Amino acid sequence: MEEFLIRLMPNAMKDLNILGKSIIETLQMTAWAGIISFVLGMVFGTALVVTRPGGIMQNRVIYQILDKIINILRSIPFIILLFCLLPLTRLISGTAIGVRGAIVPLVFGTTPFFSRQIEAALSGVDEGLIEAAQSMGNSSWEIVFRIYWRESIAAIARGTSITLINLVGLTAMAGAVGAGGLGNFAYIYGQQRNHMDDIYVTVVILVVLVMLIQLAGNLIVKHNTH
Amino acid sequence: MIELKHLCRDFGEGKLTIHAVNDVSLTIESGDVFGVIGFSGAGKSTLVRCINLLERPDSGTVLIDDVEMTALKSGELREARKKIGMIFQHFNLMPSRTVAENIAYPLKGSGLSRQERDEKVRELLKLVELEEKEKAYPSQLSGGQKQRVAIARALANDPKVLLCDEATSALDPQTTKQILKLLKTLNEKLGITIVLITHEMAVVKEICSHVAVMDHGSVVEQGDVYSVFANPKMQITRNFIRTTSNLHKMEELIEEGARIADLQPGELIIRLSYVERNVAEAVISQVSRRYNVDINILFANVEILQGSQLGGTVAIISGERADVTKAIEYFIEKNVEVEVLKDGRVSDPADA
Repeated sequence: MEEFLIRLMPNAMKDLNILGKSIIETLQMTAWAGIISFVLGMVFGTALVVTRPGGIMQNRVIYQILDKIINILRSIPFIILLFCLLPLTRLISGTAIGVRGAIVPLVFGTTPFFSRQIEAALSGVDEGLIEAAQSMGNSSWEIVFRIYWRESIAAIARGTSITLINLVGLTAMAGAVGAGGLGNFAYIYGQQRNHMDDIYVTVVILVVLVMLIQLAGNLIVKHNTH
Repeated sequence: MIELKHLCRDFGEGKLTIHAVNDVSLTIESGDVFGVIGFSGAGKSTLVRCINLLERPDSGTVLIDDVEMTALKSGELREARKKIGMIFQHFNLMPSRTVAENIAYPLKGSGLSRQERDEKVRELLKLVELEEKEKAYPSQLSGGQKQRVAIARALANDPKVLLCDEATSALDPQTTKQILKLLKTLNEKLGITIVLITHEMAVVKEICSHVAVMDHGSVVEQGDVYSVFANPKMQITRNFIRTTSNLHKMEELIEEGARIADLQPGELIIRLSYVERNVAEAVISQVSRRYNVDINILFANVEILQGSQLGGTVAIISGERADVTKAIEYFIEKNVEVEVLKDGRVSDPADA
């Protein structure tokens, strides 16, 4: 078996330690940036839905500001955003390289998209439910927690798996410019040294990772759809 | 008692302003079943939302049991809303929660223990006869069952008032009957005041004791159901009455020249309407015997509304000219309204 693997991908087998470390780095970046941007995305996405015109906490100023910031951030290509954020990253993380250096730009790159996904998910909640909750004496905050969030778990899970899969892509890009992880591995060990098997292994691992995320998302959706 | 005083609610601005509710004043007694009927766009949904202030009136006051709803602070208003149940046309059940969880929803934060809450849910399920559906999800229920769950949920906090916004409009006629029967039972059993918005005449006839007819944001006619239906003053009220009665089909048939409307010389098509509560005698057969006229009934539509007959008959009357005239006079004397729809005696206009 091992022999077969060595014959199949000689370079990757030699670099096994580094490959392992890269996988862990990618997982770390995805997990940290994912968790932080999920929290921020929930906050901003919810804020967009409740403050929009006709929303339960309608507020023109907050809505317009959020809406514009998200649009601006989403219009900057990630690779450029990375460079723009270098000073801020150093300030927050103390470094601009490695996993720690990657988290700040990854959060900036993911949160606006995440916010839109959450906004779309919460917008799918039937207005009638909001009205019913109001008629039962719920406050706006109770409506956020008990109706908006609770009733759109499936939609949020769908948006989250899409966003996390995007995020995996962004970690690879960040990796290529010094953040480590599988992107870095494929670039330094694969492309630079012309070891194609290293690149192919990276691809296979990323495909598996994406499939796992999608699978987890689908499970949550299925569990919450009645 | 619910008192609405000079309620106004506009939508839009400038030239596009729509007066959804335009200076509406109503008094609804405790324990009453009060219907508000109107065609779509008449403002009735906005009006009912003004009662629990889901829609805040631009001006006017809402009093429920002498508490001025329009003056309450937001926290007080939320507490007050817990005592006003509401059900909707599309049920508005939470799809991710089971039937029991939906019914328990308004009890969150009410200070009840888990056990007390479960007990209450079981009680409510029994009340709406859905005990076996406790663990089902709304998507697994029929429309009628969904509305029963919604009713149970609306009753969770033992409200004094139940607002029904087109609660049967999405249901088939048979299910509508069942839901209305349930509402009537609740009204009698719990003494709950029911305010019911509908565009269906049949719904008002079935359970309301008082009715207000709305048109273009205003209440154009109101009173107890029998009086309003027996003596409609406004055209729109008459239009509603026609939706549930076939007595006005005759004019169309005459116009279309239907064979049923072909008269022999000396025959008349008349419409008799019972508009007084005391018409209980067999007037038609009496007239037929007494004046020696033949009465051939084409249509009849008589209902019992609040214990009295309401409706009428379309018939062809024939006989000696003088007898027919006397017969008609007798009807009028007996407080039966008579309209001559077609006269087969036109050869002699003096008698018309």
